[in-house]
Amino acid sequence: MNLPVQTEGLTKRYGDLTAVRDLDLTVRAGEVYGFLGPNGAGKTTTLRMLLGLVRPTAGTVRLLGRPPGAGQLAQVGALIEGPAFYPYLSGRENLRVLARYAGAPAGRVPLVLDLVDLADRAGDRYAGYSLGMKQRLGVAAALLKDPRLLILDEPTNGLDPAGTADMRQLIRRLGAAGCTVLLSSHLLGEVEQVCDRVGVVSRGRLIAEGSVADLRGTAVLRVLAEPLDGAAERARDLLGADRVRVVDGALELTVEPDRAAWLNTELVRAGVAVRELRPHERDLEQVFFELIGKETADVR
Amino acid sequence: MSGSFQAELVKLVRRPAAWLLLVIALALAVLFTYVFPYAGYAAGTAGPNAARGLPALLPDQLVGNSLGGLPVFLGAIVLILGVLVVGGEYGWGTWKTVLSQGPSRLAVYAGKLLALAVATLVVVLAVFGVGAVSSVLVAAAEAQPVHWPGLGDLLTGIGAGWLIATMWAMLGVVLAVALRAVALPVGLGLVWMLAVQNLLTAIAAPLLDWVAQVQKGLPGPNAGSLAAALGASSDTPGVLATVGGGQAATVVAGYLVAFAVVGAALLRRRDID
Repeated sequence: MNLPVQTEGLTKRYGDLTAVRDLDLTVRAGEVYGFLGPNGAGKTTTLRMLLGLVRPTAGTVRLLGRPPGAGQLAQVGALIEGPAFYPYLSGRENLRVLARYAGAPAGRVPLVLDLVDLADRAGDRYAGYSLGMKQRLGVAAALLKDPRLLILDEPTNGLDPAGTADMRQLIRRLGAAGCTVLLSSHLLGEVEQVCDRVGVVSRGRLIAEGSVADLRGTAVLRVLAEPLDGAAERARDLLGADRVRVVDGALELTVEPDRAAWLNTELVRAGVAVRELRPHERDLEQVFFELIGKETADVR
Repeated sequence: MSGSFQAELVKLVRRPAAWLLLVIALALAVLFTYVFPYAGYAAGTAGPNAARGLPALLPDQLVGNSLGGLPVFLGAIVLILGVLVVGGEYGWGTWKTVLSQGPSRLAVYAGKLLALAVATLVVVLAVFGVGAVSSVLVAAAEAQPVHWPGLGDLLTGIGAGWLIATMWAMLGVVLAVALRAVALPVGLGLVWMLAVQNLLTAIAAPLLDWVAQVQKGLPGPNAGSLAAALGASSDTPGVLATVGGGQAATVVAGYLVAFAVVGAALLRRRDID
């Protein structure tokens, strides 16, 4: 089966600056893939190369199994680096014009306007739209062709909280309906809530890839106890020193959550007062900053 | 490509700036070709075109009168139109929006050129139309008989006018693609058409023979020669029979194609930011 997105050794250099370096990216059919990285990491340049807007210096791109060329984007919808439309046309007219370019039936226009909740204001001129409305129109344009692959670059930019929630719900719904989504974002929470797999890019390189759970790593038990030193000593006896850490006045124990009751009993027997004991997962933000920090240190 | 052509036509028809340019073009054509010369004739004032008198304003002079503005001022307006059609995509950042829908760059570009070719035909036909109405009004006011040019002359004139106008529009296109903007291409294009061309013709060519020879290969003098060959008055700025009509038409057509091809090559080769 053809992979929706596959790049090998993708590289883009602008003079001395390497914006994207040897990027091997694979997005599987039907998944919502989060393309995560700080500003300037090379996310948008990568997406532009996928769409043929920017020519790679080296490497290959395949979308839905096809190399770049005419017809490559027939089943791909995209919103790249913010919406851009004709200011003198209404939202609806903009979509009708784009439908002609895409060869999409005009009947798709009201449908996608409904999907992004913009039908009521579709007759207004684009120049008068708020940033959030422009963003919705951008997503509507990306959906015009009923795409098998949807590439969205920071789709919730400028949306209010309700709009953001709607957008995430829409992305999840599209994913559930079988549409493959490549979602570029620097918003960790967004990626965490929506994506099946995540690729982390920094300085143009893919530095980590996996499911959100994989990237978070093993859950730990977080224990608040007194005295802390005594609790730590007893935990080391029970679990081994390498599985016990003291973080911010609490113990973090690398142990299966179902051993919590046993651990509690043992600590109490050792004269430790346990105030709190609960499973604790690293959030993606923590993982992200660890990865970025490590990458920065490696480069130095 | 038909989808791109249709999309470009819709954008052009719905764009207020395109209509504004058409109105300005027609106003300039009527004012400088008919209203001011007729006012001068009526008042007995001497000046450019005054020596030609009333016969120059009558319907049988429609072809020459309609073509007279195209080498310079009407040409400048269609050059601006060419810049707007392509440069607007850079200004608004809409190239990525359009190309993300799937058409190839060259298909979109070809759609733009075709839409521009239609637009320049509309401009030329409109100039001929308002010229016809104006000349009939002059003839009626002066109780002169109305004689129209022959159909062949009329069609030749419209064809030549379309060729000149489209050539200038393509210059606007290639400038917009090369500079990826709107303001600078418009500025440079107008400086070339309104200043440099006139300076070359009025100052450099009479002094230096090689400049006079080079002039024979430049777009402006060839556009002026083509207009002159079809009856445009040499009192009109930019209209001068530097070369014969056949050669002028060939050179103008050559520039039209060259501008379009260079623009296509640049657009195809460069990254879309």
